[in-house]
Amino acid sequence: MLWNAILLSLREIKRNILRSFLTILGIVIGVGAVIVMVTVGGGATAQVTEQIASLGSNLLMVSPGKRMGPGQSTTPTPFKIGDVEAIARNVSSVAAVAPMATQSLMAIWGNENWSTTVTGTDNEYFKVVKRSLQSGRLFTDSELRAGAAICIMGETVRKKLFGGQNPLGEKIRLKKLSCEVIGILEAKGQSSMGTDQDDLVVIPLRTLQRRLSGNQYVDLIQVSVREDTSTERVKADIERLMREHRHIAEGNDDDFNVMDMKEIAAMLTGTTKTLTALLGAVAAVSLLVGGIGIMNIMMVSVTERTREIGIRLAIGALEREVLLQFLVEAVVLSSLGGVIGIVLAIVSSVVLAGILQVPFVFNLGIVVIAFLFSAAVGVIFGYFPALKAARMDPIEALRHE
Amino acid sequence: MSCADSERTADVSSRTVISLKGVTKIYGKGQAITEALRGIDFLVTEGEFVAVMGPSGSGKSTCMNILGLLDTPTVGTYTFKNIEIGRLSRNQRALLRRHYLGFVFQGFNLLNRTSALENVELPLIYRGFPATVRRASALRSLEMVGLHGWETHTPGELSGGQQQRVAIARAIVTEPAVLLADEPTGNLDTIHSREIMELLISLNCDQGITVVMITHEPEMAAYASRVVHFRDGVVESDVRNGRAS
Repeated sequence: MLWNAILLSLREIKRNILRSFLTILGIVIGVGAVIVMVTVGGGATAQVTEQIASLGSNLLMVSPGKRMGPGQSTTPTPFKIGDVEAIARNVSSVAAVAPMATQSLMAIWGNENWSTTVTGTDNEYFKVVKRSLQSGRLFTDSELRAGAAICIMGETVRKKLFGGQNPLGEKIRLKKLSCEVIGILEAKGQSSMGTDQDDLVVIPLRTLQRRLSGNQYVDLIQVSVREDTSTERVKADIERLMREHRHIAEGNDDDFNVMDMKEIAAMLTGTTKTLTALLGAVAAVSLLVGGIGIMNIMMVSVTERTREIGIRLAIGALEREVLLQFLVEAVVLSSLGGVIGIVLAIVSSVVLAGILQVPFVFNLGIVVIAFLFSAAVGVIFGYFPALKAARMDPIEALRHE
Repeated sequence: MSCADSERTADVSSRTVISLKGVTKIYGKGQAITEALRGIDFLVTEGEFVAVMGPSGSGKSTCMNILGLLDTPTVGTYTFKNIEIGRLSRNQRALLRRHYLGFVFQGFNLLNRTSALENVELPLIYRGFPATVRRASALRSLEMVGLHGWETHTPGELSGGQQQRVAIARAIVTEPAVLLADEPTGNLDTIHSREIMELLISLNCDQGITVVMITHEPEMAAYASRVVHFRDGVVESDVRNGRAS
């Protein structure tokens, strides 16, 4: 009976092919929009998450300044190297602690120059951000202590300044500091935010403080937590330690901020999610409108086929059989819209992902949900017209012209 | 002209298919009530060919609707094949129609843009027959009405007479106990009308199908074994053709 009803409804749809297509357009657009939004949004989120994950989920960032909300902070009271040492000394389960102070500077070698970011740190930094050298060596302890004029550069800086030449042993100029290149970092490519992660020069922290910034400040402390321990606990430990170390009175807010990667990811993907939700709501409205369109056409169809319904009832069709027939027709119609919408959405997601340079992440869940939703639209909006058909008086229906 | 009741036995009660007793049908409410039938008594025996005549408004259509289980009496009892109809639900009546009744209408009432074969298969779908059985039965039924070779034609491609034959094929494909025909020749010319009447006669004689037919035309009523006249909601006359004429 069900199979017959499906065949019958397909024939009805084929008979009014243009009308059927126009009827399901709303569903096609609704389902398509939902899937495109979720797929592209999901791709963008996945990209951000993946790159954050490549930093390691065990990373904590300790930055000065009070937390106001996502991305906001007050004027920071910077850290000093003592804070870094305190964390390394007092917090257990910490794998590495790297102080970071940065400056945007022009790097010059010979006739070449290149604006880049100079980071003052120590060897822990390479452990924390999981980066290794493609050539050369790291800093030695004595160089770090002495604030030696040496640097390790990223691939982009090397390319811009040295081109094909070997930079090791050469001296580049950063402001008035002339420093020797001792190592080249392994290339890492673009980050999720579109910044070039190879566009940097790393020098010892003390060198930066003494020769470039002229102060004792540390802008950011990066902490990597041992794999087997929870970042939450370490985060709490650091917060307690920092409050103590920075003499924050009981009841006052923190004047620093410890973020784990989950929070950073949430901050970065927050915007994407809001946008996805908003567009999803628009798509849901479109599905609703599509459903009303289906109801409208089903009402017309029931009226048009009054005689047919009369014939079926006279021949001995039960109420529920007629109900089923029209309900199935509505559901087939809306599901067809769903399927077309899904196909179009996948195609355009692939294209759009290519244009926006985000990965195409096929989300089976949303495809299934969208399909079920479109079928449900058919059931909900098809029920009333189908009931109208089933409740018809066969005598009246047969008389209908 | 009919073959009915020649050598059929006299044991009427056991072979009664349709029995109306004191049937009254009232439409409307309050001031606007219409009494379409006023205490009808009417028996139809298995194998009979009954023609129902009468002017419009005489209640014959109402009577047909009740006989066809499409409507129920307001007062009185209708017993169809020993089943009391009054208490049955809409769906139970639908099931009886499905299994025991065939309908032929004045306007043919075939499904448009649907082949003759599929039209004839329709009642079998509701009986839940498998596709191959449906096809075979429908083909046999179409052949019986002389439409062999026209199976794939849609109603639009068939003449009125042929359409009515398809409708008859659809009505008899379930091998019904009773065939109800509401002015089956009303939309047809004389030649086609005769063809249809001869077809009904042969179904009545050869298949033993009981036929109740409404008609306006005395010429068509003459084919029947019995003619019932309705007037103002009552049976005016009930005549056996063979004996009366």
